[in-house]
Amino acid sequence: MLPTPDEFEILALSLKVAFWSVLVSLPLAVAVAYLLARSSFPGKTLFDAAVHLPLVLPPVVVGYFLLLAFGRRGPIGALLDDWFGIVVMFKWTGAALAAGVMGFPLMVRAVRLSFEAIDRKLEAAASTLGAGRLAVFATVTLPLALPGIFTGMLLSFARGLGEFGATITFVSNIPGETRTLPLAIYTYTQVPGGDEAALRLSLLAVALSLAALFISEVMVRRATRRMMGDDADSRH
Amino acid sequence: MTLTVDIERKLGAFRLKTVFEAGEGVTALFGRSGAGKSSVVNAIAGLLRPERGRIAIGGEPVFDSERGIDVPTPRRRVGYVFQEARLFPHLNVRQNLRYARLFSRTLETPGHFERVVELLGLAQLLQRRPGNLSGGEKQRVAIGRALLSEPKLLLLDEPLASLDGHRRNEILQYIELLRDEVRVPILYVSHSVEEVVRIADTVVLLSAGEAVAAGTAEEIMGRPDLRPTAALFEGGSVIDARVVDQDLEYDLAKLAFDGGILMVTNVDALIGERVRVRIRARDVSIALDRPQRISIQNVLRGTVAEVAAERGGVVDVSIAVGATVLRARVTKRSADQLGLVPGLPAYALVKAVSLERRITGAT
Repeated sequence: MLPTPDEFEILALSLKVAFWSVLVSLPLAVAVAYLLARSSFPGKTLFDAAVHLPLVLPPVVVGYFLLLAFGRRGPIGALLDDWFGIVVMFKWTGAALAAGVMGFPLMVRAVRLSFEAIDRKLEAAASTLGAGRLAVFATVTLPLALPGIFTGMLLSFARGLGEFGATITFVSNIPGETRTLPLAIYTYTQVPGGDEAALRLSLLAVALSLAALFISEVMVRRATRRMMGDDADSRH
Repeated sequence: MTLTVDIERKLGAFRLKTVFEAGEGVTALFGRSGAGKSSVVNAIAGLLRPERGRIAIGGEPVFDSERGIDVPTPRRRVGYVFQEARLFPHLNVRQNLRYARLFSRTLETPGHFERVVELLGLAQLLQRRPGNLSGGEKQRVAIGRALLSEPKLLLLDEPLASLDGHRRNEILQYIELLRDEVRVPILYVSHSVEEVVRIADTVVLLSAGEAVAAGTAEEIMGRPDLRPTAALFEGGSVIDARVVDQDLEYDLAKLAFDGGILMVTNVDALIGERVRVRIRARDVSIALDRPQRISIQNVLRGTVAEVAAERGGVVDVSIAVGATVLRARVTKRSADQLGLVPGLPAYALVKAVSLERRITGAT
């Protein structure tokens, strides 16, 4: 059962949306995770709560807020349109934005945990060897946090593939533009005789999720093995 | 002066208030656990900020509260070897060793890397990762890594603390090599008399955050008045000697010192080499006549120089043997029975086997 051209298009769109949502939110998530793991500032608890909000809010609410903020007349949407001519509403980029926002807390959590697990004495050692703060971050902190970063990327990617509520509220359900896998499955279940198509897409979603899980597991294991300090030549 | 420290800072229950200077060679910062040794070293490295004071390395101020100087750690150019090696687990040994090169603005001294690798015996380890190095190997890499940052001062904070006896000796030998081959001043933090006696040129004694005494190893380790402060050096004396002969049949070494000859079980030193021997006061007995038919190998003729006050039924007696002062710990009862008073000729008896290898060391 190979995917039909239509199914292939849906699959490609879903992957594109999830991929870009992860890529764009990654630097921000790493920065926020570092801030939460390493610094204390007034209002930190509130900030932390705000970061976690998409995790607990109904996705439709998140989508509605995005609509308010990024719509053509929303404060951010108007700015993007006027200055850069960028419109995200009803575009696949908007779907990526929704997926990114929904996956953001998951990514931050995973990255933050791995930052917190790093022995800060190693960072002190690096500074005695001449590394400034930025260099310590780039050569010690970040590499040691890699397993957590991979985990966070996977969680966010999976969340993006499955994103439904915020997406359909924010960018609607436009075939070829914003109709990702979950939206397509939903659409098929709403039309008579669409059961088989819905089932085929659902099986595709299962295969996709398993593949993502497998790839991430391999990456985390490799990164962890490096951290544990195994030699390349001692792998029997 | 290579290092000048005059700092103050609140530290838990007491105030760190330390003033000392260190010159060339190895300076030991010596004191019991919790005396504030690591805090002093951290302040020198810039990892701990004193409330007030001055720190200068190689004549250059790196901290001065009055002039508002506080050079950040990366630019202080101190090589810091921590108790736990703190190697970067994601880098192999070569990358760990070369880490400081990433940030150095000076040109690398040609051959420096190869020399350090050879000196510390790291050639076989270069491709390995820290995760499967032994404790001793890790510490050697850590020393090499610090050296290769071309520091103006090397800080060793109890580098042997996490090692077992055998590894300790191995690393100590490497540190001795460092002292003799690489001209970099070393501040060596320790609470072990053995280590300090073996490698230090100068000793700074730290107690409750204060540097209470400073001087040569012989002076500080021999001073009975400091014993209550340090409480670690169980009384004794330190003797500078030279290996003059080795008895291979009996596996003994003959050491000449200013005052006579000392027989000890064989040391890891060649004839002609200088060694430092620490003799614990409780290993020294006193006789008024030269004893006959006795197992003790070292019978040293001298004069009673001082009889210290009694403490718990025990007195410490100083016996001058040539220019060297040996301390003997005997009961008050024996001191009275022998009638020990300053000026009385006496023999100090030292068992050869009481001088173990670990309390003798090449210098």
